[in-house]
Amino acid sequence: MNKNIILYATILIFGLAAPFIFPAFKVQLSILCVLIVLATTWNIQGGEMGYNTFGNILFYGLGMYLCASVQVGMFFPLAEWTESGGEKTFVHTPSQFFQGMAAGLVVAAVVPTIVAGLIGYAILGLRGHYFAICTLGLGVAAGEISGGIEIIGAGQGFTTPPFPNVGGLEARGEFFYFLSFGALVLTFIAVRAIYSTRFRLILNAIRDNEDKAEAMGIETMKYKIIGWMISAFFCGLAGGIMGGLVGYIDSTDVAFDGREMGVFMVLMAILGGKGTLWGPIIGATVFHIFKEGFWTFFLGWQYVALGVLIVVIVIYFPEGIMGWLREKYPERFGEVVDEADRKAQVELK
Amino acid sequence: MDFMVFQYPMITVQACLDGILLGILFALIAYGMALQWGVMNIINIAQGDLVILGGYIAYFMYLYGIHPAWGVIVSPIIMYFVGVGIYKLVINKVVDRDLFISILATFGISILFMQLMNFAFGADVVLANSGYGTTFLFDSAVVLPNSKIFSAFVSIVFAICLVIYMKKSKLGRAIRATAQNARAAKILGVDTEKVYAATFGLNAALCGVAGALISITFTIHPYMGLPYTIRSFMIVIVAGLGNLPGVAMSGMGLGVFEEFADYILGTEFRIGSVFLLLVLILVYRRFKLSRKREYLK
Repeated sequence: MNKNIILYATILIFGLAAPFIFPAFKVQLSILCVLIVLATTWNIQGGEMGYNTFGNILFYGLGMYLCASVQVGMFFPLAEWTESGGEKTFVHTPSQFFQGMAAGLVVAAVVPTIVAGLIGYAILGLRGHYFAICTLGLGVAAGEISGGIEIIGAGQGFTTPPFPNVGGLEARGEFFYFLSFGALVLTFIAVRAIYSTRFRLILNAIRDNEDKAEAMGIETMKYKIIGWMISAFFCGLAGGIMGGLVGYIDSTDVAFDGREMGVFMVLMAILGGKGTLWGPIIGATVFHIFKEGFWTFFLGWQYVALGVLIVVIVIYFPEGIMGWLREKYPERFGEVVDEADRKAQVELK
Repeated sequence: MDFMVFQYPMITVQACLDGILLGILFALIAYGMALQWGVMNIINIAQGDLVILGGYIAYFMYLYGIHPAWGVIVSPIIMYFVGVGIYKLVINKVVDRDLFISILATFGISILFMQLMNFAFGADVVLANSGYGTTFLFDSAVVLPNSKIFSAFVSIVFAICLVIYMKKSKLGRAIRATAQNARAAKILGVDTEKVYAATFGLNAALCGVAGALISITFTIHPYMGLPYTIRSFMIVIVAGLGNLPGVAMSGMGLGVFEEFADYILGTEFRIGSVFLLLVLILVYRRFKLSRKREYLK
């Protein structure tokens, strides 16, 4: 326990100091925080509950559009904003910007949660690959439909309010970094808290055998919906922050980007090891470093590399980094290992 | 636009005919998906991308001055080997694993193909012009391009050939045996590995035919693959595995639905309505089954 506190304190201090140590990477660090949030919340479904969803991108995109719409709509007519491309005609004062952002983030987190609760009963009754394909369809449908709605910019996109001119050049990066880092800390605390309760055991029971869990008297549907609502809350929040960070929302390329962000969150959780608390965090960090470090070498070939990466990870590392560590050092994970048994297994291999 | 369908009955006829001809093509793709789903228990997200790749083969023949209709012969032959190649490289490693692993792996293949096609062929919407002219019906109120009729005809011919092949040939029998019980088939001397490879190849070849026909009748674009995957998935789950008349019927139904969605909601919601229909169908079936305390799996 003592060791854990030191570990968390180190990470927290490092996280708070990071934008000042690496001032050039502020945007990258903010994106990393958002990615970790997405991977961690995907893990609640995919890892703990055994419901492999491609649909969490729905809440992410929804949060993105909602946050920006509220931020604009609170002070200016939304339709005129999206029509004129935004910033030329209307300018947010600093207080308007921050008030709008705060209200927007609340809406961006709450509304997807409600949506998840409403559609959860219908969608979470599906199992296995039907659930996976259904959620994939849901995400793509949301992207296609939002691309046809005029008031949020339709096909031409939606420019989010530009950051007001306060606090110099560095202020924008720092503001969004601390916002996303705050979301990350909030997510981590919440996820860690629910993982230490009976709730996680119920989710694991659903993953391992849903029929038996139901026979044991667990109301599986209730817990599945609650799990999905928790994911939706943080996905929406992450989406709202990301929308402000990117500064521009497009229906299929930024918000409901099933081909990029929707796959990334699955991939990061699997790379790190699904069904663990730290797995998605490690996975997201490794993935982001790899992506940012090597993307430039694959100039233009990023998606080809991404496709290959997905296939390789899925085929050769389905257990992820944490799974590999667990196999290598089972003692660290609190498993009691019989030395003779282990030797025998090694010899068998 | 919204009420044109009701004011001008000929538009309804037009939409129905268009939809049926289009639906036959969908049914052909869905048949390939049902085949490999039944045999290997894999859902291939890259199905649509194989279709588009087949389309580009026909388009390239057109660019080099060969009539694109020959693509119907050439494209499946090339695609068969592409399919077997994909099987040997990736699919045979995920065949017995968790279904989600195979979905994700084929999703990766899909992204890979999409991007490679984008590099190789450019991001333009292209069309191989067959020069078949058009047929006018009912005092020119209904316009049917001959290429659509041709493509529906060719799909039916291919589907019939495949059904006969599956019934009569040795490989067809081996495929059906593996679909029923892979272990038993293995014990009785069927090389299931070979059967899997052949199934995947056949599926890719069917996609090649459909793609060549789509490049003649409609347009192709590197990123247009996923909707075809979703359409064929939807047709298969509505019809059920191994129900060929059902696949044909639900394919045509989907085609008609799409044409009407196009007229009533507008073209920008066409793809969205297809994906939404999938969600609705799945949810409907989930509620229907849950009354018997069963579920889709």
